[in-house]
Amino acid sequence: MATQSLAPSGPAPRIRSKGMSDLAIRNLFIIPTIVFLIVFNIFPLIYSLGYSFTDFRASTNAPANFVGLDNYRNLLADEFIWRNFTITAKYVIVSVTGQVIVGFGVAMLLNRDIPFKGLLTTLLLLPMMLSMAVVGLFWKLLYDPSFGIINYALGLGTFEWLADPDVALYAIALVDIWMWSPFVMLLSLAGLSAVPKHLYEAAAIDRASPLYTFFRITMPLVAPILMIAIIFRTMEAFKTFDLAYILASQPTTEVISIRLYKMAFQEWQTGMSCALAYIVLIMVLAITNIYIKYLNKVKAR
Amino acid sequence: MRSNVVGVLAGIGFSALASSAAYAQELTIFWAEWDPANYLQELVNEYEAETGVVVTVETTPWSDFQTKAFTEFNAQGTAYDLIVGDSQWLGAASEAGHYVDLTDFFNENNLGEVMAPATVKYYAEYPGNSGRYWAVPAEGDAVGWSYRKDWFEDPAEMAAFKAKYGYDLAPPVDWQQLRDIAEFFNRPDEGRYGIAIYTDNSYDAMAMGFENALFSFGGELGNPETYVVDGFINSPQAVAALEAYRELYGFTPPGWAKTFFVENNQAITEGLAAMSMNYFAFFPALLNESTNPHAASTGFFANPAGPGGDQFAALGGQGISIVSYSQNQEAAYDFLRWFIKDETQKRWAELGGYTASAAVLESQEFRTATPYNEAFYQTMFRVKDFWAVPEYAELLGQLNNRIYPYIVGGEGTAQEVLDALAGDWTETFTKYGRIQ
Repeated sequence: MATQSLAPSGPAPRIRSKGMSDLAIRNLFIIPTIVFLIVFNIFPLIYSLGYSFTDFRASTNAPANFVGLDNYRNLLADEFIWRNFTITAKYVIVSVTGQVIVGFGVAMLLNRDIPFKGLLTTLLLLPMMLSMAVVGLFWKLLYDPSFGIINYALGLGTFEWLADPDVALYAIALVDIWMWSPFVMLLSLAGLSAVPKHLYEAAAIDRASPLYTFFRITMPLVAPILMIAIIFRTMEAFKTFDLAYILASQPTTEVISIRLYKMAFQEWQTGMSCALAYIVLIMVLAITNIYIKYLNKVKAR
Repeated sequence: MRSNVVGVLAGIGFSALASSAAYAQELTIFWAEWDPANYLQELVNEYEAETGVVVTVETTPWSDFQTKAFTEFNAQGTAYDLIVGDSQWLGAASEAGHYVDLTDFFNENNLGEVMAPATVKYYAEYPGNSGRYWAVPAEGDAVGWSYRKDWFEDPAEMAAFKAKYGYDLAPPVDWQQLRDIAEFFNRPDEGRYGIAIYTDNSYDAMAMGFENALFSFGGELGNPETYVVDGFINSPQAVAALEAYRELYGFTPPGWAKTFFVENNQAITEGLAAMSMNYFAFFPALLNESTNPHAASTGFFANPAGPGGDQFAALGGQGISIVSYSQNQEAAYDFLRWFIKDETQKRWAELGGYTASAAVLESQEFRTATPYNEAFYQTMFRVKDFWAVPEYAELLGQLNNRIYPYIVGGEGTAQEVLDALAGDWTETFTKYGRIQ
């Protein structure tokens, strides 16, 4: 038996020598991917939609009762949930705007012939390669009012970055900007390096001002790829959990995903949390759609 | 040749598997990742030496403990035979059938008398006063206080304190003294602060901290029989307790807004605060010279009395339960029979576990074994706990939502905050049919 199974199988050398047929690619890659997506994404998505109309609690063995739209109604009437959404919106706006300004700015600086450009770019990419949890933990130390280096360097005494309810959210957004600006930078750099040089030469001949060149040549050509970066970062920022969870526990930093986590896995309100997850999903889809419409308009221009 | 080797190896593997299945009984106990779990592993190693049954204590970080345990329960998983579960879980785990009913075992072994009364009431019985038991009290725990003896016994400090407050500087006997001492030692310009309290609102930390004030001030969470909370959680005593807790926050080190047991021990080890609230389970680390440079000058006291003379503390600790989905329930019962023996409980205390055995707790030997055992002994006979109903996590979330902004941010008044909380809790109890 063992010797038989060790014998080389017939078709393998043929695939290697002739390349894979479309059929082989479909069987090997596409079908498993579709099956994986159906089992782990589509099925749970539909199943949880069903749960969102029930009072099901996963921590009990009690059967789920159909409650219609009650979960959605209660959630949308809950002042704390609206506070969570407001916090999330504030967080998304601050962190994505910050990332675009910093990321695009750094990309502009790097988009010229400077020594060690490759090394510099790689070093700048390091933050986004770190784990969110690790970043959260070491920024917590950096922000520490008693021994943190930030207060020491800025001469802020015992300024409480994470304990001050009004500042904590911005302190978290700052960490997100530090971590994810390199991502925006990378995409912007790709966009910037794709702008044809002859356009700049033509602008120089016409004595166009740098500002005019930036808004009429650089921005329109980089905008589509920058929009893609913004879409990705907005979706990610909307779902932020790790950083906010690790850095602070202020009610003013409880973004919607933290509320969702608590509802689903601490309070075990499975039905209610499924409904909340759907509300979040619809919101992310709506925002992404607006962006994509805008992206298509930019591309058409 | 190759097939022969494969055959021999398969044979060896099969016989090894068969022999382990036939002879070695294994049990897995699930608990949170902390020192007592290590002590328990040492204890169960002795059980293995006696009986040959291999017992493994599997742990997970505290922040993950409840989620991981209930995920396993919900899936009716067989990974754990026994679980040292939090006292608040009793309602959720018993009503859902995750725990084996231990009432007969409890009565046969007279555990109602063998274990300290508070531990039976809060770690084992659900619903309250029902006579139905779901766990054997395992790790007794409550919130107590550590303090800097060297600061308290400094003659210059003692004289200055007496001149300012008119009485001697000593471990506080009531909350007024606790407040005065915190204020006295709160000197930001010297980098030292008055007090360290729990403020983390992600699970039960701040609730436990606030309960220390609430219960000693004579307040209650609500009526445990009728679930009426209006007039209890927003009573004048509860309001005064919340105001007192908020006042203490003013004497904490900077950035003290997400703190639990780790930070509160650090307040002592780093010489930040004069007094620090913490579970007794974390006090052994404070006497260890390698983890606390101030170990020799760290003292301990029980949660002080409130203005009316009531003296209670928030309960921590856990009971050990048999998981309904375990395939080794008989072996788990055998283990529990061994665990409740007097000599095992004595050994448990020697290893560093906080026994719930009344006889061991009351023995002079136990009370003088460490500088904090006396405070622990006093506390364990006057403890109260949070709601243990299945929806306790929602109640905790509502408490956190309401009191955190007041304690840390000074938003609203204590009365407004607790009135709103009474409203939230009434709504939740109504939703689950506990109030008609």
